[in-house]
Amino acid sequence: MASYSTNEFKSGLKVMIDGDPCAMVDVEFVKPGKGQAFTRVKMRNLKSGRIWERTFKSGESVEAADVMDRDMEYLYADGEFWHFMLTDGSFEQFAADEAAVGEAKQWLKEQTQCVVTLYNNNPLAVTPPNFVELEVVETDPGLKGDTAQGGSKPATLSTGAVVRVPLFINQGEVLKIDTRSGEYVSRA
Amino acid sequence: MTQWQPAASLAVIRQRAQLYARIRAFFAARGVLEVDTPVLSQAAVSDPHLAPMSTSFEGPGVAQPRPLFLQTSPEYPMKRLLAAGSGPIYQLAKAFRNGEAGGRHNPEFCMLEWYRPGFDEHQLMDEVADLVGEVLARDDFVRLSYRQAFERFVGLDPHEASLATLQGCARERLDLELESDNRDTWLNLLLSHLVEPELRAPTFIFDFPASQAALARVHPDERGTRVARRFELYTDGVELANGYFELTDSAEQTRRFNADQQQRRALGVSPLPLDEHLLAALAAGLPECAGVALGVDRLLMLASGCERIEQVLAFPFDRA
Repeated sequence: MASYSTNEFKSGLKVMIDGDPCAMVDVEFVKPGKGQAFTRVKMRNLKSGRIWERTFKSGESVEAADVMDRDMEYLYADGEFWHFMLTDGSFEQFAADEAAVGEAKQWLKEQTQCVVTLYNNNPLAVTPPNFVELEVVETDPGLKGDTAQGGSKPATLSTGAVVRVPLFINQGEVLKIDTRSGEYVSRA
Repeated sequence: MTQWQPAASLAVIRQRAQLYARIRAFFAARGVLEVDTPVLSQAAVSDPHLAPMSTSFEGPGVAQPRPLFLQTSPEYPMKRLLAAGSGPIYQLAKAFRNGEAGGRHNPEFCMLEWYRPGFDEHQLMDEVADLVGEVLARDDFVRLSYRQAFERFVGLDPHEASLATLQGCARERLDLELESDNRDTWLNLLLSHLVEPELRAPTFIFDFPASQAALARVHPDERGTRVARRFELYTDGVELANGYFELTDSAEQTRRFNADQQQRRALGVSPLPLDEHLLAALAAGLPECAGVALGVDRLLMLASGCERIEQVLAFPFDRA
């Protein structure tokens, strides 16, 4: 297995810490004018999401994590797993459990292009596209004449997600949503 | 795309010019002489934790390429001037350190170094406070002994605690896998991780462990512990300056250089040529003096409110 020395550390690097895959969030070089150098890393555990700081002595090395991001298409959910397929022409399929899908599940409709993070070839995390287009299945009737401004109201989308939308939106309309903030952007 | 533009804003580039002018006016008013010594030297610093950059010269009078080192600080040639009777001197110098890059480190940086014959470390701290206080418009300077700082922020006595206590404390408060039986490694770790970030008001730490004396004199403190007459200044959690009541005993200096060379070998880094010119000057006699080196780029960071060193450098390392 490959390893990285402290000189190769940079944010985004995926490494194994105490048996778990982790990503470096922030890397800081610490050295007193007189004395040893250390590298202090803000680390995120990719399984638990926990963020903490770990200190390395300069020159120390750490094992690389077998973690890679792959482009996949969402196929369907069977109640227990969410199924994805590689879009590289191999048609290879992967089943992600609820922990891996996490928040992404509320934005997934069939054929959505996602990035699936694989750890030892198993889905570890699912990142939906930044923007998705989803149909409104339930909301209060739209207010005629109110097309630009005013308040907002909840709308349930086809995936079950509930977002705040402007008052003029009607059931059956397709909306563009920013998955990073979970906010309505526009009509699609 | 190639970034040809400066990393620092033009406002900060102007602020640097004002800072240099202010530093020069400060020393001119106090009768301290500005000097200029070579950046390139045939010899290198002995400090085991400093890695000089090297190059070579080949040309008239030098048939075989002669190895040269870029200075890690102007300390050695300035001490030669002191031994020659220069009186108080200062220098704004470029210094170079291999292996050091990050939010507070650029491999090439600006150092202000000055020496005051007749001063001890506390008198020099007064003068550092005058300069830094003027630049940062602060007057809330604090002095803590190394022991007081550890008792306050770490909860142990750094001179009395056993190696196992230091290790246990570091492992409890920090996440790391470090094996070392060197006390100073653990003390440096605790200082940089638990003490330094807490020092927001300008704080002088003095009376360092004798094992970290470098070229400072050693004396017994009020509890009889042998401590180094060395100080560091921290402000807003940033290490700004390091100073000594300078050792003038040339036999003791030679002993420390040799100890450094041994430690370099133990650390697996090659010994570097000792500065014979310096040793000869020290043998001739360095006047009683205190000296300090201050990171000018970091001072400018604090003065301008910049978080990272590249924000105060026209062309930091990756654009140089």
